[in-house]
Amino acid sequence: MEKALHRQAMMGRFFQNLILYIVLVGIAVIMVGPFFWMATTAIKPMKEVYIYPPKFIPTRLSLENLLEVMKLIPIWRYLANTAYIAIVGTLGQLAVCTMAAYAFSRLKFPGRDLIFTLYLGTMMIPFGVEMIPLFVLVSKVGWQDSYQAIVVPGLASAFGTFLLRQFFLTIPTELEDAARIDGAGRLRFLVTILVPLSAPALTTLGIFNFLGRWNEFLWPMLILRTQDKYLIQLGLARFTTQYTSSTHLMMTGATISVIPLLVVFLVAQRYFVRGVILSGLKG
Amino acid sequence: MTTIAQGELRSSWTAIRKWYQKREQIFSAYTYLLPTIISVLAFIIFPVVFSFYISFFKFNYLSPKMTFLGLQNYIRLLTSDRFWTVLWNTTRYVIGAVPMGMAFSLGLALLINRKLPAINFFRSAYFSPVITSSIAVAMIWRWLFDPSFGLLNFFLEKIGITGILWLGDTNLAMWCLVVMSVWSGAGYNMIIFLAGLQGISQEYYDAATVDGAGSWQSFRFVTLPLLSPTTFFVFITGVIGSLQVFDIVWLSTNATGGPMGTTRTIVFYLWEQGFKYFDMGFASALAYMLFFIIFILTLINWRYTGRTVHYQ
Repeated sequence: MEKALHRQAMMGRFFQNLILYIVLVGIAVIMVGPFFWMATTAIKPMKEVYIYPPKFIPTRLSLENLLEVMKLIPIWRYLANTAYIAIVGTLGQLAVCTMAAYAFSRLKFPGRDLIFTLYLGTMMIPFGVEMIPLFVLVSKVGWQDSYQAIVVPGLASAFGTFLLRQFFLTIPTELEDAARIDGAGRLRFLVTILVPLSAPALTTLGIFNFLGRWNEFLWPMLILRTQDKYLIQLGLARFTTQYTSSTHLMMTGATISVIPLLVVFLVAQRYFVRGVILSGLKG
Repeated sequence: MTTIAQGELRSSWTAIRKWYQKREQIFSAYTYLLPTIISVLAFIIFPVVFSFYISFFKFNYLSPKMTFLGLQNYIRLLTSDRFWTVLWNTTRYVIGAVPMGMAFSLGLALLINRKLPAINFFRSAYFSPVITSSIAVAMIWRWLFDPSFGLLNFFLEKIGITGILWLGDTNLAMWCLVVMSVWSGAGYNMIIFLAGLQGISQEYYDAATVDGAGSWQSFRFVTLPLLSPTTFFVFITGVIGSLQVFDIVWLSTNATGGPMGTTRTIVFYLWEQGFKYFDMGFASALAYMLFFIIFILTLINWRYTGRTVHYQ
């Protein structure tokens, strides 16, 4: 009797799991499907893109779309530019925020907590308000169409400082005292001990930052004028406005732009996830 | 030297050392904060103040002439039809994107909050649209929404619906943007909800089961209430973020603001006035309206979150 009931429960669970998996896969199709459609459109010969009903499985794979895109825009240059800005910008921000977080967490000075709270308050200022004056400022100092204009304003980050400060606060002060006794100054302690200890927090912030800079659109669009300097998103956008009806080319460009981040994502997933959770904690 | 004098000498040395340490800390602090301070002054304080200043002028950064207009920019803004249309468009977007996004993300979080084999694969799959750039999102969905060759119309035709223009339709265009937003943003909030869900102690569920609660009742009386701080956070950040939507609008409509301007949102309008027509004073007035709205929302957020922290 017991065995029959047990078997029934197992069957029930099996069907429950089956339905769950069906739902999971179904949703996965919705979430990931568009990527596949984009990628297959990119490697289809042009003739097979503009047909109705749509062809799901191409008769042959071809790189001609990619070759044509390469002829029309310096897409690899765009990718290199973007990688450069993303890396430099991220490293720069990590450095600036580490220093600021150290000051806010480890040093005592008048008004420290008030200044920190006010600094956090700047996070609520929408970019729309800063957009125009920032553009004017940057133009007046001769930084229009330059990478400085893109990297420098983003070096200080209230969010990054907050995150790192939280982390630093968990590190016992005795550590620095011990280092001091061993003759290490503040900077030495910071660089040789605190930073390596903070590697997980720094990596999380760094990856998050990298993602944001890679995908940035509005500000680079306002600043950059020379095509050779374009970043990947901007370059693709300009390409789109020029060749609106060439979907096969656009899909190819989009695929190329997505691949680098996808690779980074697959490798460093948990940092992305951790970054999201940390950004939620601040609320 | 007597012990008392020695003691005094030692204590005055200690005092001097403490004074020196204090000075040193303050000096170090300012050194380490220097890049941040300069950055905040130049890239936050100055823009905010300057923006306010030029909102009272007719200003175009290319010409040195600045005409004082008083409140004219604001009056012009509040009396223009386009402003109210833009406000309404943006509201439509927020009303569409935020609740749907939240419900979808919560659903996803509930779905993957279990120990099934390969569940992490699904988590990654659901998160992947988050890392795509807005240009890629816009292009992919433009193609999916294509009236002639798009996949969506292809599937719709199978159930008998034809001829939908999607992004070209004045009524549907905004909904297309909402779909893009929900699709690309769901994974992000899913993770936040997931963290919130996992923060709910199993004891609550056990207690509910003992009291005879089914799964729907557990959800209503345990999950939802205990998730409310997370839910509120997702809601407020969702609203604040959605109010500032720009990228997908610009990219999906080829910088035109949609069919009959039905997808012209606040920040898009800002960009148009400031960088297409170079009416920067007027645009700054608009920016401050946006700032005002977001400021109120942020205050509400801080008030509420402050209270719930004490509550816990």
